[in-house]
Amino acid sequence: MAEAATQMKVSDEIAITISKMNKWYGTFHVLRDIDLTVNRGERIVICGPSGSGKSTLIRCINALEEHQQGSIEVDGTLLSSDLKNIDKIRSEVGMCFQHFNLFPHLTILENCTLAPIWVRKTPKKEAEETAMHFLEKVKIPDQAMKYPGQLSGGQQQRVAIARSLCMRPRIMLFDEPTSALDPEMIKEVLDTMIELAEEGMTMLCVTHEMGFARQVANRVIFMDAGQIVEQNEPEAFFNNPQSPRTQLFLSQILGH
Amino acid sequence: MSDTHAHSVAFVRETEIPSSPPPYAATGPVKWLRENLFATPANSLLTIAALYVIWQILSGTMPWILNGIWNTSSLAECRQVLDGAVGACFSVLTERWNQLLFGFQYPSELYWRPTLALGLLFVAAAPVLFFDLPRKLLAFTAVYPFIAFWLIWGGTILTPIVAFAGVAAGAVVYQRLVTGSFAYGFFGGIIAAFIVWTVGGWIIPDGASETAMLTAVPSRDLGGFMLNMMLGVTCVTLSIPIGIALALGRQSSMPLIKVVCVVFIEFVRGVPLITLLFVASVMLAYFFPPESSLDLFLRVVIMITMFSSAYIAEVIRGGLAALPKGQYEAADSLGLDYPQAMRLIILPQALKISIPGIVNIAVGLFKDTTLVSVIGMFDIVGMIRGPILASTEWNGVYWELLGFASVLFFVVCYGISQYSQWLERRLATDHR
Repeated sequence: MAEAATQMKVSDEIAITISKMNKWYGTFHVLRDIDLTVNRGERIVICGPSGSGKSTLIRCINALEEHQQGSIEVDGTLLSSDLKNIDKIRSEVGMCFQHFNLFPHLTILENCTLAPIWVRKTPKKEAEETAMHFLEKVKIPDQAMKYPGQLSGGQQQRVAIARSLCMRPRIMLFDEPTSALDPEMIKEVLDTMIELAEEGMTMLCVTHEMGFARQVANRVIFMDAGQIVEQNEPEAFFNNPQSPRTQLFLSQILGH
Repeated sequence: MSDTHAHSVAFVRETEIPSSPPPYAATGPVKWLRENLFATPANSLLTIAALYVIWQILSGTMPWILNGIWNTSSLAECRQVLDGAVGACFSVLTERWNQLLFGFQYPSELYWRPTLALGLLFVAAAPVLFFDLPRKLLAFTAVYPFIAFWLIWGGTILTPIVAFAGVAAGAVVYQRLVTGSFAYGFFGGIIAAFIVWTVGGWIIPDGASETAMLTAVPSRDLGGFMLNMMLGVTCVTLSIPIGIALALGRQSSMPLIKVVCVVFIEFVRGVPLITLLFVASVMLAYFFPPESSLDLFLRVVIMITMFSSAYIAEVIRGGLAALPKGQYEAADSLGLDYPQAMRLIILPQALKISIPGIVNIAVGLFKDTTLVSVIGMFDIVGMIRGPILASTEWNGVYWELLGFASVLFFVVCYGISQYSQWLERRLATDHR
């Protein structure tokens, strides 16, 4: 399985640089001295116990959460409080949420074309063609005229991925994309994500799917208490974890 | 476990059971009657008691209604015709029909003008209310307020044209500047509109209204149900966008905007409408220089709009609060800016949730327009209490008149309510 990962190449170009980033919720120190560099084409899986700050970390990257110290640079654009900068970064970075967050008042097709039409100013027809292309890619073009409420969870999450892809992002963030899904549906979403990885998309993925991490990731990051505790290539990470905290975590999630 | 036992217990379905229609006895009117009206002895007893009460009510009112007199010219004459029998004097409605609808001062030869305005109102409202209609019809909706103004008040056509030109100029300037920043567009648009209106005010010659194509009718001559409709339609239309703005302002991260909106909403909600109306009719005159007389109708519209927009703002705030945070985040993560996220994602959903609340306030507002009778405007209630009941011919005809007013209001309010239910069904896309 590790062969698939090594086949996909990683460029030297840097996609994201996070340095000395700190974040507090009120007085609670959620992220502490995060240093992370992501190369283009890299596929990173972030895992850790709940409350360890892994979701917060990737939400900081597209400014859904504000950080108080340190710097985040995405595609050479420094994330500051300037709204223009934030909108620029957001339109370059796609995001998938645990609860899909599709727009329930719009059809699947409208969900996918909305941002290209209004943010990228793409003509409607062209946006619809792009949307159909990506819906075909996630294998649900026949649902295009339905509303999100009529689809299963797995289908909704695949639409959410297609919706992000329609903006032609250079980086994709996944925030526990399979945590709200039935086991049967997890596979269809993971398959979509694997396909995306094989095409060389830069991906940061918070997930508990360790099989996915082994198969796709070229780096696994373990977080606890707001810090990066360990990061390594998946084989080494799973077979030979260094820190006792990582060992405990892995024994608990892989133990049953 | 023996083989035979396993054979009898293990089970594999090989054929699918076809779906079949329900048994006939589960449908039909007899079944319905038995289930709903005579299910238990207590239920039967209640059904019979209810039928008795209905019979009592109908036997009391029906003779009065059916025996009604429609063609006499005074209460005394009506009583004479009835000759002691039970019956309503509906002739007050036929005889004072125009007064009830248009007030007692609106020139009778001009009744066609407000009637035409009402007819056009349906045309103008249709594309807004039923959004499956072609969008081009909205162009008529945009000019309708100015046409209606000209039809009802008459006077020189330059007034509505200048008013329209001001709004159009404001819209154009807004379109141009809004790409830079919303604030530039908003204030630029307002300034442009005011410039056009001021310049237009100089251009319109004095006395143009006397020689106009449509005879001018002053605001104080408006009355009857027409006045209620005008106030209701104008105030609802104005208070929904203002309410939305206030609701969004209240959620704003900018402290100044937030404080202004909170103070406005809390102040207006804390004051009775009737107080605001008295302020409009009496107090405002003290604050303006004597020569500038802001029209009473306009003052009342401003007050009612302020009042209902504060309520609508709170209803919409409820709708905004009901949306999951994920919707805001999804809109943000796609790179939509604030106005786009609000217009395309947040408001369509929040407004849908708020429909029952907004309709509740719209219906209440429409009925509250009868309060203007207290400050001396002759709306339908003002007409009934004043000129009609005070006249020698019809002194004492309460039931027929107030019943008629109730029916008029009921028809409109029930229509609004039915429309809102249709709208909710039409917009139900979430299939929960």
